Amino acid sequence: MTLEEKKQQIIEDFSAYDEWLDKYEYLIELGKSLEAFPEEKKTEDRLIKGCQSRVWLDAQLREGKLYFTADSDAIITKGIISLLIGVYSGRTPEEIAADDFGFVAEIGLKENLSPTRAGGLASMIETIKKIAANG
Amino acid sequence: MSIDQIRAQFPILSTRVYGKPLVYLDNAASAQRPQAVVNAYDELVLSKNANIHRAVHALSEQATKAYEDARDAVKLFLHASAREEIIFTSGATAAINLVAFSFGEAFVHEGDEIIVSVAEHHSNIVPWQMLCERKKAVLKVLDIRENGELAVESLENLISERTKIIAISHISNVLGLVNPVREIVTISHKHGIPVVVDGSQGVVHEPVDVQDLDCDFYAFSGHKLYAATGTGVLYGKRKWLDAMPPYMGGGEMIQTVSFAGTTYAPLPEKFEAGTQNFNAVPTLVPAIDFVNACRQDNEVAAEQQAIVDYVYDALTSDERITLYGVPRGTKFPLFSFAVKGVHHEDLALIMDKMGIALRSGQMCAEPLMDRLGVTGLLRASFAPYNTLEEAKYFISCLNKAIDMLL
Repeated sequence: MTLEEKKQQIIEDFSAYDEWLDKYEYLIELGKSLEAFPEEKKTEDRLIKGCQSRVWLDAQLREGKLYFTADSDAIITKGIISLLIGVYSGRTPEEIAADDFGFVAEIGLKENLSPTRAGGLASMIETIKKIAANG
Repeated sequence: MSIDQIRAQFPILSTRVYGKPLVYLDNAASAQRPQAVVNAYDELVLSKNANIHRAVHALSEQATKAYEDARDAVKLFLHASAREEIIFTSGATAAINLVAFSFGEAFVHEGDEIIVSVAEHHSNIVPWQMLCERKKAVLKVLDIRENGELAVESLENLISERTKIIAISHISNVLGLVNPVREIVTISHKHGIPVVVDGSQGVVHEPVDVQDLDCDFYAFSGHKLYAATGTGVLYGKRKWLDAMPPYMGGGEMIQTVSFAGTTYAPLPEKFEAGTQNFNAVPTLVPAIDFVNACRQDNEVAAEQQAIVDYVYDALTSDERITLYGVPRGTKFPLFSFAVKGVHHEDLALIMDKMGIALRSGQMCAEPLMDRLGVTGLLRASFAPYNTLEEAKYFISCLNKAIDMLL
């Protein structure tokens, strides 16, 4: 799936739910299904600053593509980072760096999170962008 | 008063969030304002707006009277012995900073010691840390017992000849425990050490008599007491306030100014530099009236106790939940808890979507969170306008949210 197709799919998935509680259920499921993140990778340098809960993000560059793994001690946050890395994992740094991450606003994630959580979301996006920019 | 009559005084309570009725349970962070407070503010802004204490014109006199009447109301409310002992500030934080600075300037020197408890709000820790940094003094910490109560028995051991001041809260904003202020004051005074009490939660839930407590300072914020934001009070015993230098210099706090030397105004103006929050401070009067009316009302007391008993039983009978502090038979409607295997932020976020406003996180008490061994907690705090029905809705939503997350 191309980046555009993947984003479109998530927008459609999200629009299937009218109630925000159902969208949270969806995020919780995403969080629960995220593959296990090794304890030894939960280091200070992988911790994303600016979140109320703790979020770790790891990136590996293989054959010109970035592969992300992540974890969080809060399940909804884990769902959000899972959603993000589901979209951007396996893309080239150039493709990620050039993206505007606009789909996040389109699914209403930003407005429907508390300011502290929205701050956390912004930090997650910033971190992914920074990793991509550094190639 | 019926609870419906009380609720009718708070227009915001009929707000809907995400299409659901608002259930506001974050009162310990900031309470809502009754119509009488809003009206008082409106009247001050719309028809009595002028700078106080300075001019001789009619508006200024009316504004000054409203402001000074508030001082009398607060004096009565705290049972202070003189109106000069009531200093208006922007909030409890400003009040504690004032003491930390001015008392520190006069009485704290290198190697001296200050005692705070581990259960304090950051506002009753950081100003003392800053003072210690400034003066090369040492901050000592009074611990809590396993049940969350202050370990008063170890206070004597913490006190030394170098101890200059002790700062504790009246009621913890996390644990909902009433601290034995009088006992702490008695111990401290035996050594000639003054006590600062952070009354931010205490003043809301208990009748306060500063002469009976015999504390040397008592601080609180107006916004937690149903008054306008940006209002606060520092009560201080005259002997200390007289001996302390001003906190800020500027207008109002002076007697004469010349380049040869300036003399300061007497109390309370000495500590009220600059233009005061004269539109908001008088809202303390209707706020105090509201608090007093609730305290004298049996119906309100019965509903509050029913809420406290119901929530206490629900939280303590659920094995997944750990309640911190709050003792059996509590009268204080504040509950901080953790749910095993569930992050407090997830719960708060889901319950927000159910219309329930809770506090989650460290609640401005990081050292206490470390002491309790948690990264954060969830807190529900009730006010007289909350109903038993809301408490039941809160518990049923909490169960639903936990089921979603586990």
